[in-house]
Amino acid sequence: MYTELNSILNSGPDSFTQGEFILLSDRQSDASFLVHHFLSLYLRARCKVCFLGLVQSFSHYSAVSQRLGVSLTQAKEKGQLIFLEGLNESLTLLIPQKTDTGSEAMDFIRDPTVGLRRLFEFVRCSLQSSGGEEEDEWGPPVLLVDDVSVLLSLGVSAGAVLDFSHYCRATVCSQLQGNMVMLVRCNGEEEEDGGDEEGSELLLKGLTHQCSLTLNVRGLPTGYCRDIHGQVEVCWRRKEGDGQNTQKKLFQYKFSPLEVAAPLALLLSGVRGRRSEVPEEPDNQEERCTFTLASGPRRAAL
Amino acid sequence: MAAPVDSACKPGAQRSPFNTTSFQKKTRSKLISIPGTRPSVLNGQLLVSTGVTSLDFLLGGGLAVGTVLLIEEDRYDSYSRMILKYFLAEGVVCRHELFVAAAQDNPDDILQELPAPILDDVAIHKPAEQPRLSCEPQDSLDAMKIAWRYQNLPKVQCALASSSRFGHYYDVSKTMEPEIRQAAKCHRFYLPEHPAQSSGTHSPMLQSYTALLRSLQEVIHREGFDVAAPMSKSRNILRIGLHSLGSALWGDDLSCHDNPTHRHSLAAFLYGLRALLRSSLSVAVVTVPSHLIQ
Repeated sequence: MYTELNSILNSGPDSFTQGEFILLSDRQSDASFLVHHFLSLYLRARCKVCFLGLVQSFSHYSAVSQRLGVSLTQAKEKGQLIFLEGLNESLTLLIPQKTDTGSEAMDFIRDPTVGLRRLFEFVRCSLQSSGGEEEDEWGPPVLLVDDVSVLLSLGVSAGAVLDFSHYCRATVCSQLQGNMVMLVRCNGEEEEDGGDEEGSELLLKGLTHQCSLTLNVRGLPTGYCRDIHGQVEVCWRRKEGDGQNTQKKLFQYKFSPLEVAAPLALLLSGVRGRRSEVPEEPDNQEERCTFTLASGPRRAAL
Repeated sequence: MAAPVDSACKPGAQRSPFNTTSFQKKTRSKLISIPGTRPSVLNGQLLVSTGVTSLDFLLGGGLAVGTVLLIEEDRYDSYSRMILKYFLAEGVVCRHELFVAAAQDNPDDILQELPAPILDDVAIHKPAEQPRLSCEPQDSLDAMKIAWRYQNLPKVQCALASSSRFGHYYDVSKTMEPEIRQAAKCHRFYLPEHPAQSSGTHSPMLQSYTALLRSLQEVIHREGFDVAAPMSKSRNILRIGLHSLGSALWGDDLSCHDNPTHRHSLAAFLYGLRALLRSSLSVAVVTVPSHLIQ
């Protein structure tokens, strides 16, 4: 959990708005540090968390969360964290064995046209409290998905993913008054007219329309810089009485040297900025201030 | 830089014949010490050398164990093939195990083209002194007349540099000696040797990719590269080299058509490969002819 980011978003383990759909997106950059931030934030806030870790192994998330001060294994044992390890579950489906049937949640790997219904059922079952005793133990439920773009690359259509996120939002945010965090990754340049890359732009636009808070991670538009690692654009969509007011803020960030929670790829893939014109938006409040992502006192080494 | 010695796990620390002292660095951490690897200074990940020291520098010290390095091939597959061969040659020198898969060339041909490592001159102790017979004719040749003070020093012999060094240099104009190459254990996957079987269940991947993934999983299980495997014996790294994935010879029409029928087959294979690698002590280098893919 990064303390500066908490102050920017006006949220913390003790107080955060419920019923929010937070969308994390990146373009030619790596926003997975935000996933780790929200994971440790909601675990510290004693929420019941359902984490769909589709791109990395459990030990990776566990190691990074250890650095941020949260133990995933303990949370899993206590029942606070329900973790779907996509990589492991999919292996039994990709290499069909005669005896194994595999987990049903990742069934879309076997046949992408089926859609994500089973995955949604998994989410719903894990977040809806079953018995009466568990109700008071944990706070509001939270769904974290890392990340949604890998579903596109595995053959699921963008429409199916949008349906999945809509169903999840209806269940988690509206019905259960919990929060939802999803990560979308895009590869290409922003204004691409001809032929989406398998619908990733379509997916990003659709999810941006559904969400209430967006954090866009980009490289610096001026190019590579050794000290500043990138910029984050935060957009709030507040539903006030008359209409929706959008408020945007732009921040640059850097990781302090010993607190690198992001994988090695972040340092190497760059943060390759490009010389594009930044379009001027009328309501844009740009605050260019640099903040350092420090995670507080370091816990035991890996 | 000496490799850290793990005194907790290894029952009897083997004294390398090159050491002349019995000094062992005492380490508090329980890092597994595998020859040819070192922990990263940034985040403690286990790194292996790719064989090209400048590429190691670009990658931040080396290639992390459990990751995949994807190389987009150049037009004639010259430099990408060279990097793959350097990667495999580094595995031979560090005594790692190799797994080579190809659809176009026989993996044996790729292994025969590995560059020769540049050897160090390392002093070795002479074997136990045998009583010298005065009538031995060779004795007169060995006896030094001028530099007789150096008579009793150990003979210098070319040997493979000990595995305490990270990253070696190679002479591309020569190929690796067969003795050195055969000392390393190699697993091969040559696609024409695996005939197409009709699978009953619907698979998202092409049959060739499924066969390759299954073969990889079997090798990892059998040779004990799983992270979860018991730590009784010493651990080693499996170096996986996959040549030209996504080309037409694998049965993939990704590089042939504008709208391929198996668009997501290669992506599904890479997802499964990542799953295998994250749970084992292996590292993969994959080359893809991306210039053919629209």
